[in-house]
Amino acid sequence: MNLDQKLYTLKYTPDNESHLNPDQNKCKNCISRNCTYICPAQVYEWNEEKQELIINFENCLECGACRIACEHKCIDWRYPKGTKGVTFKQG
Amino acid sequence: MLNKSNKTDVIVVGAGPAGIACAITLARAGREVVLIERGLFAGSKNVFGGAIYTKPTKEIFPNFEQEAPLERRNIAHNFIILGEEDSTSVSYRKDGNESYSVIRGKFDRWMAQKAKEAGVILVEQTVVRELIKNGTKVVGVKTELEDYFADIVVLADGVNSLLAKQIKLRKEIEPKDVALSVKEVIKLDKATINQRFNVKDGEGVIGEIFGGSMLGVLGLGFIYTNEDSVTIGLGVTLDDLVENNYRPFEVLEKLKQHPTIAPLIEGGTLKEYSAHLIPEGGYNKIPKLCDNGVMVVGDAAMLVNNLHWEGTNLAMLSGKLAAQTALEAFEKDDFSRKTLKNYEKKLQSSFIIKDLKTYRKLMPIAHERKKAFMEYYLKKINSFFAMFTTVDGNPKRENYRKFIKSIFTDRKLSELCKDIWALIRLVWSILI
Repeated sequence: MNLDQKLYTLKYTPDNESHLNPDQNKCKNCISRNCTYICPAQVYEWNEEKQELIINFENCLECGACRIACEHKCIDWRYPKGTKGVTFKQG
Repeated sequence: MLNKSNKTDVIVVGAGPAGIACAITLARAGREVVLIERGLFAGSKNVFGGAIYTKPTKEIFPNFEQEAPLERRNIAHNFIILGEEDSTSVSYRKDGNESYSVIRGKFDRWMAQKAKEAGVILVEQTVVRELIKNGTKVVGVKTELEDYFADIVVLADGVNSLLAKQIKLRKEIEPKDVALSVKEVIKLDKATINQRFNVKDGEGVIGEIFGGSMLGVLGLGFIYTNEDSVTIGLGVTLDDLVENNYRPFEVLEKLKQHPTIAPLIEGGTLKEYSAHLIPEGGYNKIPKLCDNGVMVVGDAAMLVNNLHWEGTNLAMLSGKLAAQTALEAFEKDDFSRKTLKNYEKKLQSSFIIKDLKTYRKLMPIAHERKKAFMEYYLKKINSFFAMFTTVDGNPKRENYRKFIKSIFTDRKLSELCKDIWALIRLVWSILI
């Protein structure tokens, strides 16, 4: 089963703006970009052409792993607004 | 309700087991409590492995067994050691009424409802963005919409506790001090679960999984039976995921395909995928637990005993102890750190800090020797049983000798010495 199928089982109320804001200047020079693989919802993807991180914040599971794993500690990580984000029914 | 100045006795941030236990204890004692939850409803952002413990839950909710939405009463505890393909299992079975599997979306919501009935003012869909301080004392919280004030603020805002960090009660969390857990709740019909797990209606099984797709990393898997679904998941320390370039859902996918695990969930449909961080820093990483006008409880205080899979119980009890301390503070009309320090003292004399202290060396040693203890020996246990059960015409004595010899020749002898030394240090630290 792929990740999209997994994420499809979740109820999301996405916001218009991202609650995850990495410092893209630091991301450019980041070697590990570990956010692109440790994230359980694959929120972060590196766009080689634009040389920037694409942030699929609407898929975020709000676990906080990226914030802690980021080697530059450069993700401005907030909780989504009170009515937004993921809702777990089975947690 | 709150007066015009939005001032109450106590604000509790976060409606999980810690926050709810704290709030309900205060409300039952006649205090005005506002419990603020960021999710659509209490429980909607909460995720855990799968079981709540009977005795500690009864301390807060004496009738929960009759009233709460429970899934199954666990009657067996399985320890499953996975090799690449094979496995060895140990099962302890006794209906000691130790724990129940629950679905947090239902159970936490029920707890929050009980809190409301006890008089707690539950404010949902509201994120506390920061704490308001007056000098050195925390005096309230800033939400997206309005500010609330209180004599005491209790932080039950979970593992990420941005609020505890804001007021410098703790430092930034390091990747080695949390495990990232991913899990799936897989729908299966009741009769199939009963048959596969050898239980009757209402009875459940806890499975703890070592190795498999987590060989060589500090990670453990879990499987719980719900009424008509099975929860399967794993948690791997974040530094190991980073080091190995692992995608957590791929590690879980691989675990689900292991020949020992796959038949348990075969034919099921995925109900929900989820992820959560588990605080695993242990005793050495417990933050400052209080300051003027503020206390920290539950996951926010790193109160998790990972070896024994205890978290919700520590959360509930810490919430209760914080509430009792708050009540003493109201009696004295003193909300300073000096008075709230009693919360720390209460925690220290309870099993919570004692247990965390007992295992203070566990994670550091496990990190040091993970290749040995999370891979080599797990495989070795399986290869022992492979040898023991194989009928191949080889004389048994030769097999035994070969096996014993391999322990000394598989790896450098120094590795074995390091393991023995690590084990001595660990056992010493636990017992002495």
